[in-house]
Amino acid sequence: MNDDKNVSPSSVDPLARYVRQSLFAPLGTEGQERLQASRALICGCGALGSVAANTLARAGVGKLRIVDRDFLELNNLQRQVLFDENDVAAGIPKAVAAQQRLAQINSQVEVEAVVADVDYRNVLQLFDDVDVVLDGTDNFETRFLLNDAAIKTKTPWIYGGCIGAEGQTMSIVPDRTACLRCLMRESPPPGTTPTCDTAGILGPIINVIASIESCEAIKILAGRWDAVSDVLNVIDLWDNRIRQINLSSLRDAGDCPTCHQLQFPWLEGARGGQSAVLCGRNSVQLTFEQEAKLSLERLAEKLKTVGKVKANAFLLRLEVDGFQLTVFPDGRAIIGGTEDITEAKTVYAKYIGH
Amino acid sequence: MIVSVNGDSQEVMENASVADLLQLLELNAAHVAVEVNRELIPREQHQQYRLSAGDQLEIVTLVGGG
Repeated sequence: MNDDKNVSPSSVDPLARYVRQSLFAPLGTEGQERLQASRALICGCGALGSVAANTLARAGVGKLRIVDRDFLELNNLQRQVLFDENDVAAGIPKAVAAQQRLAQINSQVEVEAVVADVDYRNVLQLFDDVDVVLDGTDNFETRFLLNDAAIKTKTPWIYGGCIGAEGQTMSIVPDRTACLRCLMRESPPPGTTPTCDTAGILGPIINVIASIESCEAIKILAGRWDAVSDVLNVIDLWDNRIRQINLSSLRDAGDCPTCHQLQFPWLEGARGGQSAVLCGRNSVQLTFEQEAKLSLERLAEKLKTVGKVKANAFLLRLEVDGFQLTVFPDGRAIIGGTEDITEAKTVYAKYIGH
Repeated sequence: MIVSVNGDSQEVMENASVADLLQLLELNAAHVAVEVNRELIPREQHQQYRLSAGDQLEIVTLVGGG
């Protein structure tokens, strides 16, 4: 205990702990100082978000705002590196658990925890005053919203997504690179994409993708724009394939509704799903703007390892974690067992996907 | 004729376009990016872009977990 004074981080040069990082010539002391004066928003603090938060806090990014809507579960610990069994037992929100852990890792970094579902009403407030946004979300609807907000506010953001052993990431710098909508015009219809809870996810790919996201954020925050990647990285750690897709032709095509025509339907709330609490039924109904044509039989096959599932031509019923999901062929769903819209959205994103 | 799709061989009709291949694979162009011989093919050109035997294609479907 008596030695604490001598090693207390606050009693030494604030740059001392980063010396191995500032020795890296392209960053340098000047780049390190810029990092410490910068602010990042981490949107979603599950697997990608917790690895990114850990990396950026250790790197000395001055302020981290971490937003997440979810609580910890035991099956998160396999890949969500910031958390431990005590956090699961305490049943605390991920954003708060992350804030507590990061305070122990680097007390010089200011961490703001926001327990919320990111939607068109709060996204600009979350973007306020931040220099970069990192993707730790688990669904495309939120990513298209982040893309709208980023282009509108000219805030760089970094897309990242993983499933199984595959991961992808791309840096989006307004006025410099292609954006998410240049690459993909529409979010995939609900129920048509695999999720971590149906197709599984390996820890290593999370670390790879979140590490690339973090390094891109460091370049952006240090103002090293020339080093920022302009490709889509596609990495499969199981099949040992690493691909880089050059996106400059998309940017040059000049026909993107978002970054060229400056239309922001997700940000205006004109796109994206609707949700409603079904009063007295302890249920929430979720509808999606993109109408799906789901094969309920195929979806049932995918979900049979997850919980008790029954399907006919009209609806699919899944019982999992105390919830009853009723899913219709157009992607609409009724989540029984909750009147909390955020919780219902979390359950849908996990098992059905959107 | 045979082309390569994400490293695997794929039989397609002679003269098939990128759009024909996507249809064969039951993929919606709105949700994928297609590269032929390391060149990204813009969506508007999927109909007219004709494939040749031996073309190397990468078809990327974005993944959403995290």
